[in-house]
Amino acid sequence: MEYAVTTDRLTRVFGNFTAVDQLTLQIKPGEIYGFLGPNGSGKTTAIRMLCGILEPTSGTATVLGYDLSGETEQIKRRIGYMSQKFSLYDDLTAAENLGFYAGLYNIPRRERKSRVQEMLDMAGLTGREDELVAHLSGGWKQRLALGCAIISRPAIVFLDEPTSGVSPTSRRRFFNIISRLASEGTTVMVTTHFMDEAEYCNKIAFISSGRLMAVDTPDNLKQNVLAGCLVELDLPNAMDQLENIEQLPYVKECSVHGLLLHVLLEDESNLGLLEEYTGVPAKPITPSLEDVFIALANKN
Amino acid sequence: MRRDRMTLGLIFMLPLVQLLLFGYAIQTEVKHIPTVVFDQSLSVESRDLLDAFGASGYFDMTYAASSYTEVNQMIDSGAAKVGIIFPPDFARVIQRGESGQVQVIVDASDNMVANQAMAVANSIGLLQSQKVLLQSKQFKGPPYDIRVRPWYNPDGITAFYMVPAILGIIVTMTMVIMTSMGIVRERERGTLEQLIVTPIKSYELMIGKIVPYIALGYLQITVALLVGVLIFHVPIRGSLLELYLLTLFFITASLGLGILISNIAKSQMQAFQMSFFVMLPSILLSGFMFPREAMPKVIYYLSTIIPLTYYLDIIRGIVLKGIGFPYLVGQVVSLLVFSVVLLTLSILKFKKKIA
Ligand SMILES: Nc1ncnc2c1ncn2[C@@H]1O[C@H](COP(=O)(O)OP(=O)(O)OP(=O)(O)O)[C@@H](O)[C@H]1O
Ligand SMILES: [Mg+2]
Repeated sequence: MEYAVTTDRLTRVFGNFTAVDQLTLQIKPGEIYGFLGPNGSGKTTAIRMLCGILEPTSGTATVLGYDLSGETEQIKRRIGYMSQKFSLYDDLTAAENLGFYAGLYNIPRRERKSRVQEMLDMAGLTGREDELVAHLSGGWKQRLALGCAIISRPAIVFLDEPTSGVSPTSRRRFFNIISRLASEGTTVMVTTHFMDEAEYCNKIAFISSGRLMAVDTPDNLKQNVLAGCLVELDLPNAMDQLENIEQLPYVKECSVHGLLLHVLLEDESNLGLLEEYTGVPAKPITPSLEDVFIALANKN
Repeated sequence: MRRDRMTLGLIFMLPLVQLLLFGYAIQTEVKHIPTVVFDQSLSVESRDLLDAFGASGYFDMTYAASSYTEVNQMIDSGAAKVGIIFPPDFARVIQRGESGQVQVIVDASDNMVANQAMAVANSIGLLQSQKVLLQSKQFKGPPYDIRVRPWYNPDGITAFYMVPAILGIIVTMTMVIMTSMGIVRERERGTLEQLIVTPIKSYELMIGKIVPYIALGYLQITVALLVGVLIFHVPIRGSLLELYLLTLFFITASLGLGILISNIAKSQMQAFQMSFFVMLPSILLSGFMFPREAMPKVIYYLSTIIPLTYYLDIIRGIVLKGIGFPYLVGQVVSLLVFSVVLLTLSILKFKKKIA
């Protein structure tokens, strides 16, 4: 199998609104594939289609070699999915939640216990397995939800904003688990709004308004997406200047990063003009993923 | 709230539909009570009295029986609510100037119909006797001696016919509200989405959702029956086993209704409102509070699409009348049809897809 996932002009329309527009992409086995895009850009919709729980309006896709039209049950048996709101049963304990999903995936009875234990270890929940999920805090719930999604040892997991609402330490811990999964051969497709998480990905696909804007490695995206020259300005009144600078003919983009302004120039030769206008030195920088994100989002 | 069309609609529809429905449905005066006649005398005298019964408008002489057993069967099955029996010597006794006895059997498992039928039968007897007495002086006592015999609940104890009916209402209400809200809650919380990406089959998922509720329904019935028997001394004349078996179809029909509502409702709140909207007619039209015999035709037909209507026949029949399945085939089949249609619809609609 060359690709874990392929889609060909996959489209989903709600009423007269196109949520996913002719999405064509390939995911290699064992990749961590980041799915980035602004709110409402169609990430969840695309993942739901790939999981076989939402009918595409048009286009085709295969997941693990199975066709999305007609082979969704085969697909469901082999994938893991963690939905955007990690949805566990609050009135069950951690171990009961895992046991429940072990049952749903038809894991043989004698294997269930060891599988549940394995997931508890992975989630760092050993010793708290009998606590009600309602009493667990965000980070624990999140790792438990991941445990439920991968207890069947799926060949691919779809994680829809798995780290929203949890602390940086929990997020770090979570991505360590994901990296380990990927190194063991599991394909991971993950959506996120955190750029540091995007850095963990082997590949990033960026979508906006349902359309695929760019796919590449994080490094390549940083190098190639921004045509022009990105500079950093340390202005005392950055916020007031933002609009004025945006108006300059040779400025393509301008955005605030903390106390600094990032300005994308048409060309390196505009550097002097900008310094002259602002009166402070303009320092060329390599763009961050965030710069790339904003540039791509604004393109649409 | 302004955006929640469904809620808004329900708020307007609730008083409109329900009041209209009940304004028409609630008639406590029962006319046209189905009556079976076993006339062994076949005389002018018996026919005169029967004419008076018929002319009152309260009794419809629907069936003519040719034996006591037949009368029993008619009343057991609920086909007739009243039986009028003339003895063979009725005419001869009256011609001799003595009182001719007429037996009027009334199905008292339905209190309101029974009370009315008994009162009307007695007054017809008195009235007709007086008419005869005015024409002839030969009688020592009243010529017509009407002996009313309430069956099944001879003392007219309210609890006897209310407890089984309330049990039915509690069960259907719990089932409809719990399933509809439960499924909508799972959808709201996202656990349903998490469930449908697993390889579980649609029907397995349905069974998984339904079976616990069935168990719950049985638990409720057991508690309610225990209270009925231990505290209100309701007699259980028929087979308890049969009652439990036949209750299954009522529970599944109620669950089907609940699942159907969960398919339409967008929030738990809406699910609750819709359940309420559906339950109110059940309570008022099923014959629980008001006799169905008294309802206008349209509303009477409406009451035939309410599962509780059939279950009331079943539970009152088994508990109070002591009858069994052979008399309740029609009701059981109706509930079965409800269950099959509602559950099939919901399984078909529930395709393991969202949106
Ligand atoms: N069932 C639905 N019916 C109608 N519109 C829908 C439905 N599901 C999603 N949409 C619309 O499709 C668009 C894309 O939604 P989607 O949830 O896929 O975005 P997303 O990229 O996951 O956003 P977020 O980052 O906020 O999670 C949104 O505008 C949303 O309103
Ligand atoms: Mg989303």
